[in-house]
Amino acid sequence: MAQQLVMYEEEFHRINAVCDRLTKDANAKVVFIVDKNGQLIAAAGQTQHIDTTSLASLTAGNVAAMGGLAKLIGENEFPNQFHEGAKDSLYMTLVGGRIVLVVIFDNRTSLGLVRLRIKKASDELTKIFEQLTKRSEAPGAGSPFAEISDADIDNLFSE
Amino acid sequence: MSFINYSSREINCKIVYYGPGLCGKTTNLQYIYNKTNPETKGKLISLSTETDRTLFFDFLPLSLGEIRGFKTRFHLYTVPGQVFYDASRKLILKGVDGVVFVADSQVERMEANIESIENLKINLAEQGYDLNKIPFVMQYNKRDLPNAVSAEELRKVLNPRNVPEFPGVAPTGVGVFDTLKAVAKLVLSELRKGGQG
Repeated sequence: MAQQLVMYEEEFHRINAVCDRLTKDANAKVVFIVDKNGQLIAAAGQTQHIDTTSLASLTAGNVAAMGGLAKLIGENEFPNQFHEGAKDSLYMTLVGGRIVLVVIFDNRTSLGLVRLRIKKASDELTKIFEQLTKRSEAPGAGSPFAEISDADIDNLFSE
Repeated sequence: MSFINYSSREINCKIVYYGPGLCGKTTNLQYIYNKTNPETKGKLISLSTETDRTLFFDFLPLSLGEIRGFKTRFHLYTVPGQVFYDASRKLILKGVDGVVFVADSQVERMEANIESIENLKINLAEQGYDLNKIPFVMQYNKRDLPNAVSAEELRKVLNPRNVPEFPGVAPTGVGVFDTLKAVAKLVLSELRKGGQG
């Protein structure tokens, strides 16, 4: 069973910094980090006009479907996917087997540059997520929900 | 599995609506979408065929409010019910926190219900989950139809574990929110247990 993903302040800032830098270095429009279950973890760039929640869920669906296809032909995964549009294109990379790095870019940059910058960012992200996993496995890293009462839960549904 | 973000103080959980083809999974989500405030919901995404049969999944993000300063968000998914879409169903169960089984009450769909719940058990087990342990609720949908089987009979066949169950008429909303609340409560209770473990 997949382990619960927990995000802490420090790692969250480091991940955002990687996304910001990748957006600039690759001259990309938007950079997203999504976990394989469809939760959006971080976003950078021109995100104002994008429905980020839907993007995250569809990214996960796509990666899951392609992973299923890969297994059918004897591959473990397709770690990189490129989708070319008329104006904007999209590049997806699996990082550390657990998360997906999504870069949206247009003709102000090139696929080669985007791939090059993704490689560096994905190495950094792998390290951060490894650290995150260790941290959430450490003793005492319990759920913030350990203390909630039945009344807290009922209150959510009171209206 | 749920995603807890201490930085943005959010918790995200995934709920999957499962059941045989045409039992009303998508209708449940459409009703929830139509009856919730725009501020609390995102877009309803439906990946369906030209004849409106679910091809891959429907997706609806929903905010339920705050618990102890954490925003609680639920991501609702449906699976394609038709038997031959099994590969897709397996994918959607990845990372699930709670399951709603929507049963079709019509007598001629009993076999399809049984087949679907058996399929759910197998697909969950492949992901390392046990249907007897995860948050699980049951909705007996289409109670308004003349050929509906009695609730007792449905219970005997589909719900031996006696999980929370609700009669439903999804197009008019009967039982829809009761079902959602019940599964959301179970998921949150499970998170509490996770914290103690």
